[in-house]
Amino acid sequence: MSLYQETIASLRRKLTAKEISPTELVQSLLQRIESVDPKVNGYLRVDSEKALAQAKNCDLSKPLGGIPIAIKDNINEKGEECTCASQILVGYQAPYDATVIRKLKEAGAILLGRTNMDEFAMGSSTEHSSFKKTSNPWKLDHIPGGSSGGSAAVVAADEAIASLGSDTGGSIRQPAALCGCVGLKPTYGRVSRYGLVAFASSLDQIGPFTKTVEDSALMLQAIAGQDHYENTSRPVAVPDYTASLQQPVKGLRIGIPKEYFGEGIDHDVADALQKSIAWYQSQGAIIKEISLPHTHAAIAVYYIIATAEASANLARFDGVRYGHRTSTVGDPLTIYRKSRAEGFGPEVKRRIILGTYVLSSGYADAYYNRAQKVRQLLRRDFVTAFQECDVLLTPTSPTPAFKAGEKMNDPLKMYLADICTIAVNLAEVCGISIPCGFSSNQLPIGLQLIGPHFQEGTLFRAAHAYEQAHEWVKRHPQF
Amino acid sequence: MNSNSIDVAYVAGLARLELTQAETETFQKQISSILDYVEALQRIDVSSVADNPIDPNLPTNVLRPDELRPSLTAQDVVRNAPKSANNLVIMPKIVE
Repeated sequence: MSLYQETIASLRRKLTAKEISPTELVQSLLQRIESVDPKVNGYLRVDSEKALAQAKNCDLSKPLGGIPIAIKDNINEKGEECTCASQILVGYQAPYDATVIRKLKEAGAILLGRTNMDEFAMGSSTEHSSFKKTSNPWKLDHIPGGSSGGSAAVVAADEAIASLGSDTGGSIRQPAALCGCVGLKPTYGRVSRYGLVAFASSLDQIGPFTKTVEDSALMLQAIAGQDHYENTSRPVAVPDYTASLQQPVKGLRIGIPKEYFGEGIDHDVADALQKSIAWYQSQGAIIKEISLPHTHAAIAVYYIIATAEASANLARFDGVRYGHRTSTVGDPLTIYRKSRAEGFGPEVKRRIILGTYVLSSGYADAYYNRAQKVRQLLRRDFVTAFQECDVLLTPTSPTPAFKAGEKMNDPLKMYLADICTIAVNLAEVCGISIPCGFSSNQLPIGLQLIGPHFQEGTLFRAAHAYEQAHEWVKRHPQF
Repeated sequence: MNSNSIDVAYVAGLARLELTQAETETFQKQISSILDYVEALQRIDVSSVADNPIDPNLPTNVLRPDELRPSLTAQDVVRNAPKSANNLVIMPKIVE
């Protein structure tokens, strides 16, 4: 096996035993990127010299010492361009490090480059990037999922050992499922968003893409915790996540919400999920069919709340203090209107308009306030379910990756791709997607485990046991 | 409520967003169909939820001592401005 194919855990053993050097590892990845990224297009920018310089100076005694990691292009990394894959932020240089970046640096990680995404994290296929389209490493004419499609694709294609993404309605878990890697959306408040360009502040959360569940635990260990720069990060102690990996699943109560297994679930996906459930049962887990009765409302609630918050958050891009300013001469109002028209792509404009509308006078009660109430009902569904279950098991995505272009002209159809992941953000609980099989046309299928607030350890326990008993993570895409 | 009542051109004005005629027409159609879809929320019984639901998972009024802390320099703040001089951002005159 080549170095670039390995995991954080295995590379850390080799690095600390001095079997390999960080420079060899970075060189191995840079060569891999050079050979496959022209096909995958997962990266927006890779700074080879900077990565090699970090390799020379990294501290191997630190928990992620020497491990090369890719970063979604909506997380500020001091001195690096941070574009959110939008024309409006071309040339924007991050003036400070996001808290997760500071923590990765302190943990000894090597920051390898910046990954492609849907513009401002709005999308489910990474086709809304204003720079380029990213391919699914398993089938290049298929999408990698989104919005963190670049971060998922580079890990799946062995162009990074791990990466960071952000998840507002499924933007880590869905691309992880479609690319065949592990994607974690931590509990709202578990990881500081300071330095993440805000999309929908009551839903956004940063999390890792990795090749294994153990690596996911190592990454969360490094980035979790309260941050005085971020008032929604919570003062909840960060446990030793790797300790939960070894716990058996015997006696674990797994809820199967029937609403996630109905109409619209692809045959191969349903089949893979049934086999996974049977495996858990064979290991002594207690399987319970449960109901999350408001599931059908999740997408409607999400596209009101997320667009409302986005319309407010994106008001800051007005061509005044940073980002693109129109060359048209005129009064300030003209400059705002033109700069935004020239800088934002169609999906961002669509969501700003929808979000402005649902908050506008005369409509806020019917849309925004009502959506907030239904969100509480969705939340209660989960709280009730977790009174009798330790985790819930669902598909991550109703279908494997779809073909590029297939849903681009129908925004509502694209939104429905997030049907299995969105409620997790609305309820602020945690979720992980792990590979659980392949479709008949050899595309990865993902299984989602959902846990109660701040119970990521339970997710790792259930996910690791499954992963160890199956061979899915040993497959790599061929180019 | 008539969900097709959205006037995209008017709302785009509120959002400080200039749209072309073609964009206005496309968005009018697409957003109307999204609004039809979210109409389903009107049929859900929300009588068990308070009028201004407060999320119990979220902290309220997180305070910190009001003391000086290091922050970005003026240069760092202005560096990304499209037009600036003397650590100030330049914009056209607002008041005649």
